[in-house]
Amino acid sequence: MVEHEEKEGEKEDKGIRELIEQLMAMADQLGEIELENVIIETDALEFEILPGSMVPMVQPSAQAAAVAKAVPEVLVLPTELLSATFIPPITEWPGEVVEVQIGAKRGSGGSRKSVVTIGGEKTMPFYLFEYENPNPPSIAIDVFDIPGTFLSQPVREKYEDVYESPADWARKAVEYGANAVTIHLISTDPLINDTPVNEAAKTVEEVLQAVDVPVIVGGSGDKDKDPEVLAKAAEVAEGERVLLNSVSLDMDWKKVVDAAKKYGHNVIAFTQMNVNDARLLNTNLLKREMPKNQIIIDPTCAALGYGLEYAFSNYERIRLSAIRGDEALQMPLSAGTTNAWGAREANKSEKKMPQWGPRAFRGPLWETATALTLALAGCDLFLMMHPGALQAFKSTVQNLLTIVTETREQVDWVHAKF
Amino acid sequence: MVRLSPLTVHGLLPGINCKKCGEVTCLAFASKLVARTAEVEACTPLFEEEQYAEKRQKLIELITPPVVSVKIGGGERTVVVGGEEVLYRHDLTFYHPCALAIDISDEMDEETVKKRAEWADRLKIERIGKVLTLNLIAVRDVSDDPEKFAKVVSWVRESAGLPLILCSYNPEAIKAALDVCEMDRPLVYAATENNWQEIAPLVKKYNVPVCVSAPDNLTLLKQLAVTLQAYGIKDIVLDPGTFIDNGGLNRTLQNFALLRRAGIEQEEEGVGFPLLGIPAIAWANGEDSVTNAYTEAIVASMLIAKYADILILHSEDVWSLLPVFTLRQNIYSDPRIHPAIDPGIREIGNPTPESPVFVTANFALTYHTIESDLEDGKIDSWILVVDTEGIGIESAVAGRQFSAVKIKEAIDEFDLESKVSHRVMMLSGLASRISGETEEETGWKVIVGPKDSGGLKAMNLKELWEKKAQEE
Repeated sequence: MVEHEEKEGEKEDKGIRELIEQLMAMADQLGEIELENVIIETDALEFEILPGSMVPMVQPSAQAAAVAKAVPEVLVLPTELLSATFIPPITEWPGEVVEVQIGAKRGSGGSRKSVVTIGGEKTMPFYLFEYENPNPPSIAIDVFDIPGTFLSQPVREKYEDVYESPADWARKAVEYGANAVTIHLISTDPLINDTPVNEAAKTVEEVLQAVDVPVIVGGSGDKDKDPEVLAKAAEVAEGERVLLNSVSLDMDWKKVVDAAKKYGHNVIAFTQMNVNDARLLNTNLLKREMPKNQIIIDPTCAALGYGLEYAFSNYERIRLSAIRGDEALQMPLSAGTTNAWGAREANKSEKKMPQWGPRAFRGPLWETATALTLALAGCDLFLMMHPGALQAFKSTVQNLLTIVTETREQVDWVHAKF
Repeated sequence: MVRLSPLTVHGLLPGINCKKCGEVTCLAFASKLVARTAEVEACTPLFEEEQYAEKRQKLIELITPPVVSVKIGGGERTVVVGGEEVLYRHDLTFYHPCALAIDISDEMDEETVKKRAEWADRLKIERIGKVLTLNLIAVRDVSDDPEKFAKVVSWVRESAGLPLILCSYNPEAIKAALDVCEMDRPLVYAATENNWQEIAPLVKKYNVPVCVSAPDNLTLLKQLAVTLQAYGIKDIVLDPGTFIDNGGLNRTLQNFALLRRAGIEQEEEGVGFPLLGIPAIAWANGEDSVTNAYTEAIVASMLIAKYADILILHSEDVWSLLPVFTLRQNIYSDPRIHPAIDPGIREIGNPTPESPVFVTANFALTYHTIESDLEDGKIDSWILVVDTEGIGIESAVAGRQFSAVKIKEAIDEFDLESKVSHRVMMLSGLASRISGETEEETGWKVIVGPKDSGGLKAMNLKELWEKKAQEE
């Protein structure tokens, strides 16, 4: 009985298939057939719709195939250029990065002569063919509240005369072309000097007085003490719109955020190489009513050769999420590219590594390449150290942000005598 | 582009599980094709039996990536470029690392040519257990003298096994050079608006890959590519121009980005080819050699991050090549591989119970750096790898993933104390701040080592351990 039914089914299938084939053949000849008063009875009808195509696949008739085979394959060689047009594939991105302002001028509660504004992008970095880039990436130089004896030699020699005094060091940073200065209060670390919070706050005041560019205030990385240190710094810097570096998920971030809101500052939301954590932390900050345009994301910078690929992809993912419309990731990005100096390729002298060549060029290039790679992934704010690296990076970015409308001529490099 | 599924691919294989490809089933082979760890040609029935002709054609169309791959060279050092499927490495991975070429001018004398070619051939930079090398030599027809050009090409061939790029706009020079190195399948640079009618028949006759060049003119570039395709040429590379004067970097990036986007997202005909950039152009600037090398490295870095498949360089200075090699290694590493390694105890060489113990994080890069330094220094030792959630030492100390408690847990979990007779460990200088608490928590003595494990081989570790063990 069952067998019989199956056979019946097969027969019906066959009938339908033949019918469809006939219809297709007719359609092939006539171009179009209209069916009237047709009832198709079936349990389930399956349509296979191929992406990008609603046209039923019609097998070429046997006759046509035979004709095609009979003609030998002749390749007609083109004698002139075939016509073709390249149409630039422009993407409409639904989202954009918010603008964050660091520093406040006189008249708006602060005492800065210049401010730093970052963010505002609506496309991938430097894709000016899609949208303009409203704000160039900015650079801050690192200043520490302990003597810079621990710095890598090529960096140390650039600050040797000032590194006993954070104020002098900050002035030097501005001379070197920094758009902002970061004062890292690492002496507050209980395992370093355990500098009291009030004393650290004084250092912040000194730096604010020494320079008139925006100031970034960094803690020591001690999760228990940093909230105290940063909250106090926020208080003494009231109105200056500093950037507090940083809040993270594993500390009392609420304390820092509340102080930032109260005294009108920005915060860096720091997470360790994890985009989901970055989103979570930002969501928490927004829930705490920290304004979106007072948050900067630091998803962890890793140096060239030491995990830069993870940083590159995290920055790129965050920037893409922002322009694709993920509200919780639409803040500018920052990177501590100074840690390029932790790479042995940057810090080992040519005495130890003769095969690598002079460190005086190698080191700054390492920092430049680290910064440039992250700039291409979407980073907006760079915490740097070496003035040479800073200059090279600045001019590269400048070049990347310059639109010249006329068509470019390529240098005749094949014949050039170099 | 939509990723393939093994089932779709399986439907286009013979389905006879003949095992000729080395896999047990056609489905297993299909999975490998999708993961791009097998080549379709390994399925011999598909290629030999006429009944599969249709499937073969469909399958090849299906598995050809939107940016086709091009092979340059004929020998051992054949290089494959292109074959990319995504715009962002985190979406999958980038497959074929950007090939780095060094240029040679045909106005150099024989000795200089051979010396430079040998140097390029042998240059090896070791990083974290990997050997980084140059991939190509680009001979430039500076002289505009076909005979001279061909001569220099033959000198380079005598001195180096690296595949060549023949750089000339003169079809006669290209022909003369192809006559001396055709079987090496060099890349011909370049077919242009002015010479393609002469270059195309040569490229076809000698069956070599060709680069079409149309500086800052993507429409012309596309026209050249589709015309050569119509000519029956398959292995094509695109040179949209490299510009470095002010605003030039912007235009260079724009052209590379647009081409790659059109190739991958639009799957536009005539643009899904590998891209060639020329950072060496920095040297035509007339600046001093340090500035030129620095600029060249910056342009190369930009183009490695954004879509170049071949770069032609000039600098012989390792200080400027090192970041370029390293960035390539970084960008082309597979993001699907998690940066963490398994926590546990690793042995270096043949450690005894007296051998030193190093304690480190389970971030792959941290671990492999230490491992390769210890192996380099032939230091028989134990490495205790603590689970820091794949985070490096410095950040893990700050984030408390690398702490006294974590170290103690690892010692107990992996039973370190049964493996060694002493109770002295070395921590990285980057973790010096937790040395005190670690001594308290574990009962072990802690030596604070260098921040960079490269310094270990110069230290007298035996003495250091003995001295520390005797301390009160």
